[in-house]
Amino acid sequence: MQRNPQLNANGELQHLLSIEGLPRDTLLQILDTAEPFADVTEREVKKVPLLRGKSVFNLFFEPSTRTRTTFEIAAKRLSADVINLNIALSSQTKGESLLDTVANLSAMQADIFVVRHASSGAPYLIARHVKPHEHVINAGDGRHAHPTQGLLDLYTIRHYKKDFSRLTVAIVGDVLHSRVARSLIHGLTTLGAPEVRVIGPQTLLPAGVEALGVRVFHDMRAGLKDCDVVVMLRLQNERMSGALLPSAQEYFMNYGLTAEKLALARRDAIVMHPGPMNRGVEIDSSVADGPHSVILPQVTFGIAVRMAVMSIVAGN
Amino acid sequence: MRILIRGGRVIDPASGRDAPGDVWVADGRIAPPGGTPERTVEAKGLVVAPGLIDLSARLREPGYEYKATLESEMDAAIAGGVTSLACPPDTDPPLDEPGLVDMLRRRAKALALARVYPIGALTVKLQGARLTEMSELAAAGCVAFSQANAPFTDTQVLWRALQYAATFGYRVWLRVEDPWLAKGGVAHDGEVATRLGLPGIPPFAETIALGTLLELVRATGTRVHVCRLSTAAAVAMMRAAKKEGLPVSCDVGIHHVHLSDMDLGFYDSHCRLDPPLRSQRDREALAAALADGTIDCAVSDHTPVDEDGKHVPFAEAESGATGLELLLPLTLKWARERKLALATALARVTSDAARVLGSPSGRIEPGAPADIVVFDPEAPFRVTPETLRSQGKNSPFMGYELAGRVRATVVAGKLVYEC
Repeated sequence: MQRNPQLNANGELQHLLSIEGLPRDTLLQILDTAEPFADVTEREVKKVPLLRGKSVFNLFFEPSTRTRTTFEIAAKRLSADVINLNIALSSQTKGESLLDTVANLSAMQADIFVVRHASSGAPYLIARHVKPHEHVINAGDGRHAHPTQGLLDLYTIRHYKKDFSRLTVAIVGDVLHSRVARSLIHGLTTLGAPEVRVIGPQTLLPAGVEALGVRVFHDMRAGLKDCDVVVMLRLQNERMSGALLPSAQEYFMNYGLTAEKLALARRDAIVMHPGPMNRGVEIDSSVADGPHSVILPQVTFGIAVRMAVMSIVAGN
Repeated sequence: MRILIRGGRVIDPASGRDAPGDVWVADGRIAPPGGTPERTVEAKGLVVAPGLIDLSARLREPGYEYKATLESEMDAAIAGGVTSLACPPDTDPPLDEPGLVDMLRRRAKALALARVYPIGALTVKLQGARLTEMSELAAAGCVAFSQANAPFTDTQVLWRALQYAATFGYRVWLRVEDPWLAKGGVAHDGEVATRLGLPGIPPFAETIALGTLLELVRATGTRVHVCRLSTAAAVAMMRAAKKEGLPVSCDVGIHHVHLSDMDLGFYDSHCRLDPPLRSQRDREALAAALADGTIDCAVSDHTPVDEDGKHVPFAEAESGATGLELLLPLTLKWARERKLALATALARVTSDAARVLGSPSGRIEPGAPADIVVFDPEAPFRVTPETLRSQGKNSPFMGYELAGRVRATVVAGKLVYEC
């Protein structure tokens, strides 16, 4: 097997493709770097000149509003030039191959490619073909990884819980199709969280998921017991009725987070969600808007974490 | 032309003979010693064995000439010591009518390199709905009937196809994969696919389809060859079916004997194969079953794919690997790892394959067709795009150092390759 393709010869972060395989110190470096950026976002003048003169290309082969916007804001706060390309609607439909698209943009002097793609592993293919000074940041590939989301989740958990060494974290819902879940699981196990649980019906849990280092629960009440952190996953519309689940209503009955179920977790538990939420499907509004919810701070921290990632890879 | 292959280590897997000696060739056949040779091949320190018989090699004609041509792939075959090959019907159009089969055979014959055995389509356009004119296709030269990688969704049609083939004693070669369970999958449904976020194909997609097929063999008595086993559970089912006396045989792709889903690494699209590479445990079971004969043959499942088909994300990549020139070195590698006698190992790609194909080749004894390979089992070479003659450069073994180089290939008594 090749060496980890996201690290350069010195073991530094060249690309951010997945949390899996990143050393603990690298993860902590990103979280620590994000701290002062969180302050920048509170200031009246929200810019620092770290990426002045650099070009960041947002390459979204799959539609996204939230992630693309937060990357754009993060890059602009670092004073970079940002170019948004909604490829889902342009060259791919004209038959241009993924690598040709990247080669063309590379000829326009890119420094950082932020890539979202529906196929797992697509950012690895791109990273293998870019020039040495160019960096690739995975903004979500298929079911595989969404590392900046995982990092902002880790940042949020650390912000509220201070350290990982005594935490019980439950991830609830459609783990099978979730890149968010995979990234967070790798992050938590790397940073030493002693118990990571996944909760869901068998139809939404991937084969051999235990090998990622998690405990599997099918009963949500048992799984939430004494948790410090509850992460709810989005259920895609197309999965709500069919062979995986009978209906959104029944899903909510079994796996929707209500105040009553949340009461089984620790009293100071936090509730997270990567968004966008389906109220009344995976989470009840009273919980989403309630005192345990840190869903909106997650979005704010997301900008700081993406600033940290971009400034680190650009400096390596 | 009279040829003498002198002083080699002569291995005839069919009889188990493995001894130093000369091999004489005359009039396209292996001849008794004597006379004056017009050509002499010095084989000192080399193995002289029957030419390899590959039960699955895609030549990509007609229809996919941009991926490979008959010229390029027949050249690859003889360079790999493959003297007979069966080509599956998944060309474009598929081999579902006699004219196409006839044309393919004529083109192959004109090249006068390896022998080509076309496998006819079992159903029209491989759609699994209407039977092909099997008698016409057999008359045109098809030695068996197959669906290649195309799925059978309608079990009624499968049953009728087997009945019809059994009526005339035709052989049917089928892959086993339940199309519903495999739908959308691109990798073995296990820890690796979970980690990489790739949609999985569960192992029971294979065993359920195999269970159905074996029941239909019990009902119809059709001679069925099961292609490309990938799971340990399917191996166990084949072992039991043979013990029961069902008229079945099976093969495995040589890549599956060596690789597992771990080799996907960071989405190596060269490891995108049909069936998918499965777990270490499956791989071990396949390698062991090939050694004990439960699996009758190893095949290259040669599938040249151009760069555009592989330089895409894993799940979008076209499946398949080039293999004609790697069948021999990878068979030797398997033999070394399992400490098998060379005669036993070579049987799986010569005499055992001849039995499945119904071919008189695959033996070294007077009167047999003179299809012979002379190779150095120890000579190393690096797999690179330049060392492969096939137009397909798509191999998971690219960059690997392998042992086993062909020095000469004889087909029908003609020296067609020397190196």
